[in-house]
Amino acid sequence: MKLINKSHVAKRMPVRLAVNTICKGLFFLATLVGLIVLAILFYRIFTQGIGHLNGDFLQNFASRKPEEAGIKAALIGSVWLMAVVAPVSLMLGVGTAIYLEEYARKNWITTFIKVNISNLAGVPSIVFGLLGLTVFVRALALDRSVLAAGLTMSLLVLSVIIVAAQEAIRAVPRDLREASFGMGATKWQTIRKVVLPAAIPGILTGGILALSRAIGETAPLVVVGIPLFIAFLPQTVLDTFTVLPMQIYNWTSRPQEEFQQVAAAGIIVLLILLIVMNSIAVLIRNKFQKRY
Amino acid sequence: MELRKTETYSVQQMILEKKSKKKVNVEKIIPKLLFLMAAISVFTTIGIILTLIFETFIFFDRVSIVEFFTESKWLPFASVPSFGIMPLIVGTLKITLIAAVVAVPVGLATAIFLSEYASEKTRRIIKPILEVLAGIPTIVYGFFALTFVTPVLRDLFPSLDMFNALSPGIVVGIMIMPMVASLSEDALVSVPKSIREGAYALGATKLETTIKVVLPAAVSGIVASVVLGLSRAIGETMIVSVAGGSTPSMDMDVTSSIQTMTAYIVQVSSGDAGYGTTIYYSIYAVGMTLFVFTLVMNLLAQFISRRFREEY
Amino acid sequence: MNMTLTKEKNSSAIVNGAIQPTALTEKVYETSGLNLWYGENHALKNINLDMHQNEVTAIIGPSGCGKSTYIKTLNRMIELVPDVKTTGQIKYRNRNILDQSYKVEDLRTQVGMVFQKPNPFPKSIYDNVVYGPKIHGIKNKKVLDEIVEKSLKGAAIWDEVKDRLHENAYGLSGGQQQRLCIARCLAIEPDVILMDEPTSALDPISTLKIEELVQELKKDFSIIIVTHNMQQAARISDRTAFFLNGEVIEYANTDTIFSNPDDKRTEDYITGRFG
Repeated sequence: MKLINKSHVAKRMPVRLAVNTICKGLFFLATLVGLIVLAILFYRIFTQGIGHLNGDFLQNFASRKPEEAGIKAALIGSVWLMAVVAPVSLMLGVGTAIYLEEYARKNWITTFIKVNISNLAGVPSIVFGLLGLTVFVRALALDRSVLAAGLTMSLLVLSVIIVAAQEAIRAVPRDLREASFGMGATKWQTIRKVVLPAAIPGILTGGILALSRAIGETAPLVVVGIPLFIAFLPQTVLDTFTVLPMQIYNWTSRPQEEFQQVAAAGIIVLLILLIVMNSIAVLIRNKFQKRY
Repeated sequence: MELRKTETYSVQQMILEKKSKKKVNVEKIIPKLLFLMAAISVFTTIGIILTLIFETFIFFDRVSIVEFFTESKWLPFASVPSFGIMPLIVGTLKITLIAAVVAVPVGLATAIFLSEYASEKTRRIIKPILEVLAGIPTIVYGFFALTFVTPVLRDLFPSLDMFNALSPGIVVGIMIMPMVASLSEDALVSVPKSIREGAYALGATKLETTIKVVLPAAVSGIVASVVLGLSRAIGETMIVSVAGGSTPSMDMDVTSSIQTMTAYIVQVSSGDAGYGTTIYYSIYAVGMTLFVFTLVMNLLAQFISRRFREEY
Repeated sequence: MNMTLTKEKNSSAIVNGAIQPTALTEKVYETSGLNLWYGENHALKNINLDMHQNEVTAIIGPSGCGKSTYIKTLNRMIELVPDVKTTGQIKYRNRNILDQSYKVEDLRTQVGMVFQKPNPFPKSIYDNVVYGPKIHGIKNKKVLDEIVEKSLKGAAIWDEVKDRLHENAYGLSGGQQQRLCIARCLAIEPDVILMDEPTSALDPISTLKIEELVQELKKDFSIIIVTHNMQQAARISDRTAFFLNGEVIEYANTDTIFSNPDDKRTEDYITGRFG
């Protein structure tokens, strides 16, 4: 007698295949959930906000009257914030990545720094706000300035930039380094003239993605105490200011229906900014992919 | 081709001349400078921990730590204030649980579809869309929860309050879904092809192979991705601040207003709780609790993925 | 120094396959009692070798015999591998390079290297060649232009690239890239050129061009070349060292090694019994 009943197996095969097909359909539907939500979200915000989006909206300051409310202070404020975050976080992030990839010896300090960076990436953004409030706003007496907010944000995105820069540096082939060392170049000359130029596209892509995270963050700035309502522009990094997501938060939490449309218009501006930044990152990535 | 004899100058000679003029030793300074930069990330962690510890100590000087963990009411603004963090933790867990119910099945199914069923072309379309979903600022999700999800849910369940746990919970789930999907997909993709081929060769269907062979092999990565996603949900701030309300509550009801730990910190920060008041210090005590929660979960995720990593 | 001297030396200075010191050839490298470990792995065992000026010295042997390790020790490139220990000494122009007070940058300015795989920088052809002079502080545009022309001519690639000096080096073919790497190496006018299997990634025609080039270059430089291709060693080198399991089995005039080897293992290898 045979242990396997072939006719029984054959009879069950169509059922098994049908279950496979059904589940494939279910998995596909689940995948569609994300896409559908994204479509609804874009559609809703676009239809709500487009009516309010015009030249005046971009040029006006915030106002108590929804029809006069504009986004000028927040838009310019976001640019100011980036002017602090971009140089500070890129310099610290790339510097750390170079240290870890090129100089660090294998010892407990290096391991500790690496573990620390991966844990820092998991700290909720609002906790960075508490750090900024205590250290930058109070202890260093920077008050609710562009600088205080910018430094807080820089620390928040630092771990993302470090990891991206590490990957970019690691992707530079070993033989380029060897070629440079072989000509009598020192380590720093090799890093500056060979490794960094080759890693720049990867660093920029990661950097822009990290900055686009910073430009949409709200929670740490609320904690730092950045005002929600402001009718002037900062003149120096020590002045106070507001940013796009804070302004949107302010409009969203108002009870009047009209302010929701203003908020939606603000979101469109923010999303366009993000799309532009992400497109640049993707362009850089595609242009410089597969170079070796 | 007599290179040396025809030349009017010697490169080696020039190199020697330049070398004698060299000034400061960059090679020694640069590594130290870079080490200092690397140290800043460590100082950030130390700064966070010290900040939270010091300010929390001041808070516990005024409010007993026993009350903080055992009292069941969080009424900081009452004339006789009460600081029992339980209601905030319950609010946070409610949001996290609802988010998990949305994100885990959808994220996992998406990961399975992308890694096992989808063609390369489909993957190339869907993955960037998920990246966009992951990159949307949380304040935008908060707006979406308040102005779209809540009204739709209220049409379905008329008893739902304007501020509730359900709507922000679902939206937080949508927010963390791409992360769960992408990390789980990484875990699935890293299961070697040969293991799948072994099952196919026995006549197993794709589904049977996925469930009985691929998923068990990738389970540590998947669990780690879920834990990380939930840790993100616990720390999520703007969605719950905008759509969750500001009523700390202990009950299990998801239809009425709640408050999470993060939303409380936002509520105090956007109001004008004067510097030095007990309420001011209470946000650090709450922040400390939040930090410990997420730290434990992140360490757990790292432990799972390291301890149970499959060696192929 | 020229070709006729080499010929003369081949006939007169060598007795019984062993190389006698002659007044005609000055030594560039003298290795004595060199041992090298990768962690616990004893990769080079008591190496004693002398290399001579304006000659091509070939190092042959099966994979894993230590020939690549040895050539990388000659410009201390081996230090890029973590956990490497050495004992013994390698004298370059009478100074021990394994002495840590010998700055590697100075050594590598004198001793250039060409690698297994062509490894031009992702820059223009011009920038590749001026890389070395520039990092060593030569900035004068006119001098750099001259160096570029002379180096590219020296590497027999000038005619192919003179009209597109500012195009990316990655547009060149593999053989051209390797000659560009040789030009890059010539640009700082090294004393010795180390070549680590320079043709292993190239097609036969490109290989031939490089071999011809090596013959030209030895008039001005001393060349040490690692190759897994015995015919190549026979064609281009003046002396050949046979490495096996981290030891020098035999080192002699190339003609002798290939026609009348002393050691049975050398004979087995060159006749293709293993390798």
